[in-house]
Formats: sequence, C-alpha cells, structure tokens
Amino acid sequence: MEYLTLFISAVIVNNFVLTRFLGLCIFFGVSKNVNASVGMGMAVTAVMTLSSIMAWLVYTYVLVPFKLTFLTTVVFVLLIASFVQLLEMIIKKHAPALYNMWGVYLLLIATNCVVLSVPLLNVESSFSLAKSIVHAIGSGAGFGVALVLMASLREKLRLADVPKPLEGLGVAFILAGMLALSFLGFSGMISL
Amino acid sequence: MKELWSIFNKGLILENPIFVLALSLCPALAVTSSVIVSLTMGLTVMFVITANNTVVSIVRNLVNPKVRVPVYIVSIATIVTVAQLVLQAYLPDLYKALGIYLALVVVFAIILARAEVFASKNGVIRSFCDGLGMGTGFLIAMLIIGAIREIIGSGTFLGIQVMPASYNAPLMLVLPAGAFILIGYLVAGCKMLVQHIEKSKA
Repeated sequence: MEYLTLFISAVIVNNFVLTRFLGLCIFFGVSKNVNASVGMGMAVTAVMTLSSIMAWLVYTYVLVPFKLTFLTTVVFVLLIASFVQLLEMIIKKHAPALYNMWGVYLLLIATNCVVLSVPLLNVESSFSLAKSIVHAIGSGAGFGVALVLMASLREKLRLADVPKPLEGLGVAFILAGMLALSFLGFSGMISL
Repeated sequence: MKELWSIFNKGLILENPIFVLALSLCPALAVTSSVIVSLTMGLTVMFVITANNTVVSIVRNLVNPKVRVPVYIVSIATIVTVAQLVLQAYLPDLYKALGIYLALVVVFAIILARAEVFASKNGVIRSFCDGLGMGTGFLIAMLIIGAIREIIGSGTFLGIQVMPASYNAPLMLVLPAGAFILIGYLVAGCKMLVQHIEKSKA
C-alpha cells in the first residue's frame, strides 16, 4: 500500500514537470510530436530506474562508510553520465533496432536535471532500495504522461492562429501552465 | 575594451539565457517565488558560470577533445560543490529554500553550453567576460520573474509589504501554473524587444 501511494504520488501529485519544474528542456524540446514523446518517456524511465539503483548502491556502500557525502553531487553526475554512455554502446551493439528507435534520446538524457534529481531526492528522503526503485519508475512514468499530454496539445495547436510574438515557446509555456493548473486538482488526493 | 564590452553585452538581452536561448528553464520557474531566493540562485549561477568559463579556458589546450565533456562536467560539479558548501555554512535558510535545485546547477544546459561554445575556443579574459555577461543576463531574468511573482502574488518585495493591506493577492502567481503562464508572456515580450532592437539597427 505504501508503495502504491508513493508511486501514484510520484506520477500525478508530485509530477516532475508540472509541479517540480524539472526536465523542462526536454519537455519543451521533444514534445512536438506524440511518437517522439512516447520514446523519450520510456528512455527516461529506464535510465532513471537503473541510475537510481546504482546511485543508491554507491551512496550506501561507498559514500556513507567513507564519510564522503559532500561529494554526492560530483559522484552522481559522473556516474549517470558514464552509465548512459555505456548503455548507449551496449544497446548499439546488441539491439540495433532499439537503438534506432531511442538512441538519439539517450545522449540528451546523459546530463539532464530530471535524471540527476531522482537519485538525489531518494538520498535526501532516505528511501530504501525498493522505495527508490518505485519512486524512480513513478517519476519516469509521470514525466512520460506529461510529455505525451503536451505533445498531443501541441499537435492540435499547429492549426491554431497564435499571435506572432507568442508563437513557439511563448504559447508552449502558457499551455504548460494550463496543464499544471489541471494537475493542481490532484494535489489534495494524497498527503505524504 | 570595446570588444570585451560587446561580449559581455550580448548575454543581457540579445542572447539572454532564459528568455531568448531558453536554456536552464528549470530554476527560472522553480526558485523564483520570492525575490531573495531568485537573487541567491542568480548569484550562484553567475559565480559558477564565470568560474567555469575561466577554468575551461585555462585548460582548453591541455584537454584531449575526445574527453572534453567529462572534464567540463567535473569542473562544473566541483565549483557547484564549493558554492553548496559555502551557502550551507553561511546562509543555511536560503540553502534550505533552494533545496535540490542548488545541486542541479551542475546540469544546467547554459553552463555546459557556454563552456563548449565559447570558453573552449577563446582566451581567459574573453571567456571571463562571456561568463559574467551570461551570468548577469541570467540574474536579471531571475530578478524580473521573482519580483513580479512576489509583488503581485503575495504583495511583498524582499519580505516588506508594498501593496495596501486590502490587496487580495492572487495565489495563482505563486503556484507552479502561474509561473509557466508568466514566463510564456515574458518570453513573448522579450521576443518583441529583440525584434525591435534588430529593426532599429538595420
């Protein structure tokens, strides 16, 4: 039950994009068509979950025993960046079809706030390993949901008549604002 | 001297990191609900980007191009850790208010982008000016957003009441949704300003 609440809260109530403002670069960059958003959502979820596991192990068994917790940021950034590079090589070698679908997104993810923030939040809230995994999957799913919603809205928007200065980024922000407003409705659902 | 001024200058409006380049948007929305917090964030980023540009420009001829990105990331992460420790020691309240976003300065696209685009190809003084200009542009943008959100959203400026007591503040602007919508309009405003400047130049 506890895990289910954590999962739902990560997907909807504390949605990464719409209430925590993380991963906005990807959010506005990729949300131009629905197919790309689905791919990106999946890639982010996978990378987030795997790097949360690794970061948790490194934090618990290396940083804490050796009293190096002040190096958390440096270690996590390097860990994630090198892990993503490795993952890219492995996928390219063993699953070329998968690479053709999602390969482009992997490099974008390597140094991104949304992937770095989940391990940091896990450590900050001192989650256990199982909780960290649930939190990571939930956050990734929430990111994907927001991305797909936004992409669908923007596909509709192409036919709309937008005032000149608002075109592009301006109207995308306002749209995201409306989306955030509707997600606000979920905020009372679960109290953590 | 004039050349250095123009390097510094371009970060302010024409290539403003937030409104025009649209890089590093996360902090622009997340930590701007009050002026003091956005000021701290802006100064931190300004310090990190200037210091990192200088470091990258000093080591640019020693680093093999194949491993340049990891080197930049290590340099940025080290500088951010220094900033983190300083804030934690001297301004613990603000450190708490910035929360996770302080650690996330490491992955701000604008810092890596300046290192890659500018500092890896230019001398120390020019890179320093570029970092300072971009940092100032970032700081100005953060202050504008922070001031609007605090004055309208809660009727205060730096914690001092500026609106009459009967002012009924719209909570909307303090909430995430308000931040998105406000930035949407500010981006549009900045676009008009840039077009105006370019037109008057031509």
